[in-house]
Amino acid sequence: MNLTANNSLKITINQQSHVLQSSTLGYNETLLKTLHKLGLQGTKEGCGDGDCGACTVAWCAPQKTYADDDHTLPARYLAINSCLVPTAQLAGSRVLTVEGISQLSAEPAALHPVQQAMIDCAGSQCGYCTPGFVMSLFCDYHANSLSDLSVEGNLCRCTGYTSIRQAIEKLKLQQPNPIPRHPRAGGDPGKVSILNQTDSEASANSLFLPTSLSEALTLKQTNPDALWLAGGTDLGLAFSQCGGATRHIALDQIPELQRLELTERALHIGGAVPLAGLLALLESHSSFEPITRMLHWFAARQVRNRATIGGNLGTASPIGDLLPVLLALDAQIVLAGPTGERTVNAADYFLSYRTTECKPDELVLRVDIAKPKPGCNSQSYKVGKRGSDDISIVSSCFQLGVDANNRVDFARLAYGGVAAVPIRAIAAENALIGVSATDDLLDIVKPILLSTLQPLSDFRANAAYRQQLIVNLFDKFLREQQANLHGEVHG
Amino acid sequence: MDKSSPHESARGHVTGSARYCHDLPAPAGTLMLYPVMSPHAHAELLSIDTDAARMAPGVHAVLTAADIPGENDTGPIVHDEVLLPTNRISFHSQAIAWIAAETEAQAQFAAGLVTTKMQALPAILSIEAAEATGSFHGQTQILNKGDAAAAIDASTHVVQGEVRCGEQDHFYLETQASFASVDGDGHINVVCSTQHPSETQHIVARVLGLKYHQVSVTCLRMGGGFGGKETQANGFAALAALAAVKTGRAVKVKLKREHDMKLTGKRHAFRMRYTLGFSTDGLIAGLQAELIADAGWSMDLSPPVLMRAMVHVDNAYYLPAVALTGKLARTNKTSATAFRGFGGPQGLLLAEELVDHVARYLDMPAEQIRARNFYRKGAEITHYGQALTATDLPVGEPSRMSRIWNTLHQQGDYAPRKIAVQQFNQNANSANSKKRGLAMTPVKFGISFNKVQYNQAGALVLIYADGSVQINHGGTEMGQGLHTKMRTVAARVLGISERHIRVMNTSTEKVPNTSATAASSGADLNGQAVKAACETLRERLHEQTRLQLGLDESVDLHSADDAIHASNGTSLRFADAVLAAYNARINLSASGFYATPGLSWNMQSNTGSPFFYFSYGAALSEVEVDGLTGEWKLLRVDILHDVGDSLNPQIDKGQIEGAFAQGLGWLTMEEVVWDSDGKLRTFAPSTYKIPTICEIPKEFNTHLLSSATQPGTIFGSKAVGEPPLMLALSVRMAIKDAIAAFADGATHRTTEIGTVSRHPHESCTTSRHPRESGDPGTSNPETLSSSNLCLSTNNEPESSPHLGSRIRGNDGREIRENGEISHRTNAELRLACPATPEAILRAVMNITTKVSV
Repeated sequence: MNLTANNSLKITINQQSHVLQSSTLGYNETLLKTLHKLGLQGTKEGCGDGDCGACTVAWCAPQKTYADDDHTLPARYLAINSCLVPTAQLAGSRVLTVEGISQLSAEPAALHPVQQAMIDCAGSQCGYCTPGFVMSLFCDYHANSLSDLSVEGNLCRCTGYTSIRQAIEKLKLQQPNPIPRHPRAGGDPGKVSILNQTDSEASANSLFLPTSLSEALTLKQTNPDALWLAGGTDLGLAFSQCGGATRHIALDQIPELQRLELTERALHIGGAVPLAGLLALLESHSSFEPITRMLHWFAARQVRNRATIGGNLGTASPIGDLLPVLLALDAQIVLAGPTGERTVNAADYFLSYRTTECKPDELVLRVDIAKPKPGCNSQSYKVGKRGSDDISIVSSCFQLGVDANNRVDFARLAYGGVAAVPIRAIAAENALIGVSATDDLLDIVKPILLSTLQPLSDFRANAAYRQQLIVNLFDKFLREQQANLHGEVHG
Repeated sequence: MDKSSPHESARGHVTGSARYCHDLPAPAGTLMLYPVMSPHAHAELLSIDTDAARMAPGVHAVLTAADIPGENDTGPIVHDEVLLPTNRISFHSQAIAWIAAETEAQAQFAAGLVTTKMQALPAILSIEAAEATGSFHGQTQILNKGDAAAAIDASTHVVQGEVRCGEQDHFYLETQASFASVDGDGHINVVCSTQHPSETQHIVARVLGLKYHQVSVTCLRMGGGFGGKETQANGFAALAALAAVKTGRAVKVKLKREHDMKLTGKRHAFRMRYTLGFSTDGLIAGLQAELIADAGWSMDLSPPVLMRAMVHVDNAYYLPAVALTGKLARTNKTSATAFRGFGGPQGLLLAEELVDHVARYLDMPAEQIRARNFYRKGAEITHYGQALTATDLPVGEPSRMSRIWNTLHQQGDYAPRKIAVQQFNQNANSANSKKRGLAMTPVKFGISFNKVQYNQAGALVLIYADGSVQINHGGTEMGQGLHTKMRTVAARVLGISERHIRVMNTSTEKVPNTSATAASSGADLNGQAVKAACETLRERLHEQTRLQLGLDESVDLHSADDAIHASNGTSLRFADAVLAAYNARINLSASGFYATPGLSWNMQSNTGSPFFYFSYGAALSEVEVDGLTGEWKLLRVDILHDVGDSLNPQIDKGQIEGAFAQGLGWLTMEEVVWDSDGKLRTFAPSTYKIPTICEIPKEFNTHLLSSATQPGTIFGSKAVGEPPLMLALSVRMAIKDAIAAFADGATHRTTEIGTVSRHPHESCTTSRHPRESGDPGTSNPETLSSSNLCLSTNNEPESSPHLGSRIRGNDGREIRENGEISHRTNAELRLACPATPEAILRAVMNITTKVSV
């Protein structure tokens, strides 16, 4: 592992390189707190929870995350929540805040086009959420991808959003200048490992930044109490709310975890690939629609730009939107540990509430998902209290295959939010095998689903409603698949 | 031509340079506050041990009730609200003590070291529980007009019902924040995110045992207020000031979102029961209703909130005879407080449920029932005795309300869209589990504080020798554009460009004894005060100009374009006039004052003319509901709202759209959930969902009523802050319309709802197409309705005994009822898809059978 002598962190904020000494920077200090220490008060704290977007900043990763490492290409900035991420985890990164984006224009006093559009369209009222909106818009403006969804992760309590939407429409008509790609001013991330093992006080809440898989696994063996930290969109709450008094091994800079590949036969997703990257790949290939659809419902932009599939499998929330999709698609989870790799079927991965097959010294190397065989149809569904950026009441993914005689020969019904773990309704699946696709499949599975799945009541929804959704979402799937299921018979 | 100036802080907003109390950089040595919170909703507080916390690193003070030198109370009306508890815990998470330490982390650590001894007591956590135990604040309020009982008795039709609504969190993006310091003379300076700096000043002084002149309070701007910083900021300011006095250090408190949501008050939950008599034409004859608001543990502003609800149960409808009672349930929850609309939304909710009930009962279009009951000539006296004026009911013309209604009906294509919605619903097929609904609702809202003495305002305008101007007024800026409007008022009166004018932070040092920036009255009141001050100064400058230009009284002067122009063609630049006035030793500062004329309110009879005028608007909303999941989507909104002659159309449209979205949240998705221990379960945006851009339809048409000058107001404008929130009732009614279509099959209009809106996926419908009965590919609405079971559920955690859940069978009989029915949800739209619509109608809607249908 690489340890620096001066125990410092390099990060570029608004084109200015900062070396933050460990004496002034807590290892688990969030980027938001660091910005405020630096006198950059423009980035606001609205919730400290990663849910309101007031703290949004633009982040350019230090190393290859996507296939655009060509230095002739413009820099690619992604909107992230600065309240969730420890500054040290962004070693070597470049960050732009609301104070920094007007500096990018030729005239120093001029506002950035997104700032000007927000003024022209009265996109701010109290103004407290505005810097976050500006930064979300900034990222998508330069990526030529502006839409309402650019700000799906930004809450505004004043405007009702119509004026912000006007600003978006106005900006869509403009031709953005690329953001110049500067040399890697943040320094070599490989040399910025934040650790001083001789300093026992500091190591109590250290953050390790290994740059290879073997280094990560070795660190975990020597520091068994340290937690894996991937995108940190769940674990990050600890940094934001409690100061995060544990040690973490951040997985940002490990090339082995960044593999993202779509072949003729399968999809391979590295454990630390941000979900936004996965979504972009699948959308560009119109492939794996159940994953694409669920990813659109998966939290919001700022979270997807950091959250990873490994983190999703690591926290193993019983709701975990993507997890029922992995179950329904028979994903293979490849774990890496000190003794090598092993592959676990998604169906065998979830053991009990937030307990998984992944041992403490292992991590999720990647997830492999084979393409569905011909004749198989699949889709995912999610119902939350709010249609966007919400935690599921029930999420689900279904896959049905029929044979040449139009009999069901493959069935997967997977749910989140209905049990202590993401779960497959195996009894219901078995009952469907061999049944003619033109039979009333819902009638067959309904009593089984209701007797085998007993969801709980909580503040999101009661058990009765969840039960109804368990059945009705499969009903919805069947209605949507009607043409496919009846196609063989009706020609 | 749009005369709108951009928000005066717009550039600061978009660049991040606009400062708020929350992110105001604290000077070195500033201490941070952190609370110690109660694990019980109701308890005897036996002892507090703070010794370990006091010894913790960085800690300078641990504040408990014993540290308060003045009065331990923050109640704005009634002194019933301790700042720090002495022997009684009144709600879950109530702050028992506050740690003042050098960093927030140190304060947080030390808070964990405070130990307490408590004896838990039974907690009252719902209106029902309060009723059962007789736990109320203050007196029952009565508001009567005529003989309602007799009017109902004489009515052809009588229905009864109940409407409930839950709390709403303000969710201002900037949480509560205060910064306090003490200067060498013992003067207390507080910077506070407050809508009411004067009251903050008074409460700080009360707690510290000081006179008002020993405390100064400044508000820079707020990152949202919505009523949540009208009284709620006061306690935190007092705590910061108390800690500053105790330690000699500057002290800052900025609440974590979780603490903000757990400690501060919300919009009141209400339960409203009614008996309504009406004619076969749908004309309302008499209303008896009981309104009970959940006030929480202390009174705060609940009495006037309840009264505003009671005087708004008419909305835009003439009520010939009324008998209302109003009560404030005393519960072990946060103390419910002001929230945009201030009881008005709950009153209007009842009004809209009433007319909807009539329409469904008579099987007539709800829009027709609404228009039929509007105030009109000969039916122009409200139930509290205020007569509508010639502005509301102009001679020989449609009423202001009818003009809006008819214009929106036309502009929004109501008639063709109603047909299209019906066609859509009839064309349901098995793949499509959705139905649409369309509804148009009116808003009439009284403008002025009910309490007459609050309707006053002051301003202080300073002209400097170079011709630049500072405005001070008593109003606070929370995003509503008040400062921008005030600058416009000053610019118009002085005849100068807005760039020469700065609006200063609101400070009790500039204008004393101000009222809260609330009740939508900020621009109305302060605008008149600013205008008065500027007119005084303009008069002095005109006198000086006459001297400079040698003009006598026969020459008229007017100020415009940065100059003073004489009717003889000569003129003097404004800056030159100012300099001349300075040299001539003329006073270039002036105060202005305004008191709204003609208001009256009798607090014994609850009658009078409390409102200077009424604000009007209407909205038309279309929704689509998924019968399988209960999810719904707002497809289109059309709004026509009356803001008089707008001072700033862009700002006013922003207020209308923002208020609508907030009302939409209240009525459809924002749900404050308390568990059976009285602990708040929704204390973060991960669990408390306010609307995002995705909930706002792309087709959103907002229009301001033209030719709408309001006599007697600041430049003919009208208040805008609160009234448009209630335009969102159109969404709730559209959802009901869509749900009715599920139950309907081809012919019936039915289904109800009983309680308040909850968005329908809290209730469930099973509208599965029965494949066995026919070709799966064809539409068959009749089988849809006939095969469906009627099932409706509340979304209640079963762990909460006070949050029951009930399910109704398709004969309308209640199958199961655990404890009491939900008190709290904003919703609970019951999807009833009955075999016999009439049975359901009777059972669910609780219709009396006194008179046959």
